[in-house]
Amino acid sequence: MSDEGAALTYQACAGCGARWWFRRERCPTCGRAGPLDRASAGEGTVEAVTVVHRPPSDDWRPYAPYALVLVWLDEEFRAMGLADRGLAIGERVTARSAVRAGNRVPVFGRLGTSAPVIR
Amino acid sequence: MLPSPRDGTGRAIGATGASPVTYLAGSACTRFGDHGGQGTLDLMAEAADAALADAGIERGDVDGLLCGYSTTMPHIMLATVFAEHLGLRPRYCASLQLGGATGLLMAATAHLVVEGGGADRVLVVAGENRRSGQTRDASVQALAQAGHPEHEVVLGATIPAYYGLVASAYLDRFGATEADLAELAVLMRRHASTHPGAHFREAITVADVMASRPVAEPLKLLDCCPVSDGGAAAVLSREALNDHCLEVIGTGQAHTHQHLSAAPSLTEFGAGPSAQAALEQARVPVARVRYAGVYDSFTITLAILLEELGLASRGASGRLAAEGHFSAGGPVPLNTHGGLLSYGHCGVAGAMAHVAELHRQMTGRAGDRQVPGELDVGLLHGDGGVLSSHVTMVVAR
Repeated sequence: MSDEGAALTYQACAGCGARWWFRRERCPTCGRAGPLDRASAGEGTVEAVTVVHRPPSDDWRPYAPYALVLVWLDEEFRAMGLADRGLAIGERVTARSAVRAGNRVPVFGRLGTSAPVIR
Repeated sequence: MLPSPRDGTGRAIGATGASPVTYLAGSACTRFGDHGGQGTLDLMAEAADAALADAGIERGDVDGLLCGYSTTMPHIMLATVFAEHLGLRPRYCASLQLGGATGLLMAATAHLVVEGGGADRVLVVAGENRRSGQTRDASVQALAQAGHPEHEVVLGATIPAYYGLVASAYLDRFGATEADLAELAVLMRRHASTHPGAHFREAITVADVMASRPVAEPLKLLDCCPVSDGGAAAVLSREALNDHCLEVIGTGQAHTHQHLSAAPSLTEFGAGPSAQAALEQARVPVARVRYAGVYDSFTITLAILLEELGLASRGASGRLAAEGHFSAGGPVPLNTHGGLLSYGHCGVAGAMAHVAELHRQMTGRAGDRQVPGELDVGLLHGDGGVLSSHVTMVVAR
C-alpha cells in the first residue's frame, strides 16, 4: 500500500496555547472549546524506543519484531509511532504515513536519510 | 493493642485522639499459578474465606464489600454478584477499577469507608483465572487496552511495549543498566523460592534474565511478571478483631495521565506525590519504613517506583537489591513473597498478595520466611495503567 499522506496531526488551544496529540472537543489544560486542528511537519526528537518481539495478535505477527518510539515533535507535543529499526534516544526523526495491520499509522525514520527500510 | 510505634522525634506514629482507626485485621492469598477448572468466583471465595478466618470473623459479620474486576469474567456488577455468591448482605458494596492499582485502591477505599462510617468490617476480595481461563493473546490484548485505542493500540503496542518505552527512557536518563534491572527479578525469585504458594520458585541469575528472550526491548521475558491464576482478600475493620491487627495510618493517590503519550514526563511519574501524601498523613518519614510491598509488574516498574517512593536513590534500585538492601535480612525487606514477578500476577489479586505478605511479616506470622527485626512501619504502593494511577498505603504495628 501507499506510504503517502499527512503523517501526524495535532490540536492547539487558541486560548492557553496548549498543544496535544489526541483529538478532543476541549482543551485538556484550560477547558476552552473548539481547539484548532493542525498538521505537524512530522519532525522531532526520539524520547523513548522499544522493539516489540511479542506482538498482540496474528495481525501483527508478520511485522515482528517492530520498533515503537515516543517522539517529541518540534511543534511541542508528544506522539507514539512505529519506527525504523536502530533509532536511539535523542536522534532527530521525521514521520511518514503508512498502513500497518490494516490501519494508517505514523512511522518515524531518521531525519535526512532517504529510502527508509521498513521491516 | 500494642503501644503505637514512635517516629524519630518520639512522637507516636498513627492515629491519635478521637480520629477513627482502621485496622488491617485479616488477609489471605491463594497459591498463584495454574488453577485450571476454577473460575473467578471460586478463586475469590477461596481467598475470602481464608481472610475471614484470619480475621476471626464469619461471613455474616461482613457489612462492607469491595471487589475489583476480572478480565475472564467481565461484569458490570461484580461486587453484588460475589455478595450473592457468598451469601453476604453488605450495607456498603462497590466494584472498583484502576488497573494494577485496583487492589490497593480497594484496601485504601475500605479504610475511607470505615473511617466515614459506611461499614465496620469490610471484605476486600479479588481473584481471576487469568492464566487458564483465556488464551495468552486474549490476555495480552485485554491489557493493551490501557493504551489509547485510536493512537496507541493501533500501533501494535502492548503493555510490555509501553513499559519497554519507559525503560529505555529510564536507562538513558539515570545511567542504570539492563543488568541492574535484572537484579530485581533475581531478588523476587529468591524471595519466591521461600514461599510454597509462588508461581515460579526455581532460582535464576542475572545471566538467566539477560539471556531470556526479548519481549519488548529492553525488557526480556524474566523482566516481566507471569500471567497467573489466583485470589487474594483482606478484612479492614473499625475494631481490632484479633491480636494480629495492623493500623492503617495514611493513604495517598496521584493520577497524572492515562496514556503514556500524554504523560507529563517519561522519567518522573506520580509515585512520589502519592507516597508523600500518604506519609504526611501518617506523620512518618520514608526513612522509618521497615517493610515495603511495591507493585512490580516489570523490573522497570519496581525500579521506578522504589526510586520515586524514596526507598532508593535514582538509578540505584538494582544495585541496592544486589547489595541485599531489599532482602529478607536487609534494612527494607521488599515483597518477601516474590512479588508479581515470581509469586505471580492474576490481575487485581496480584497486588493484594503484597498486602497479605506485609500483614504476615509485620505481625510475626511469616513462618520460615519471617524477616528479623521490629517491623513497625510498612509501606504499600500500587500503580495502574502505564505508571498512570498511583495508590500508597502506610501501616503501623
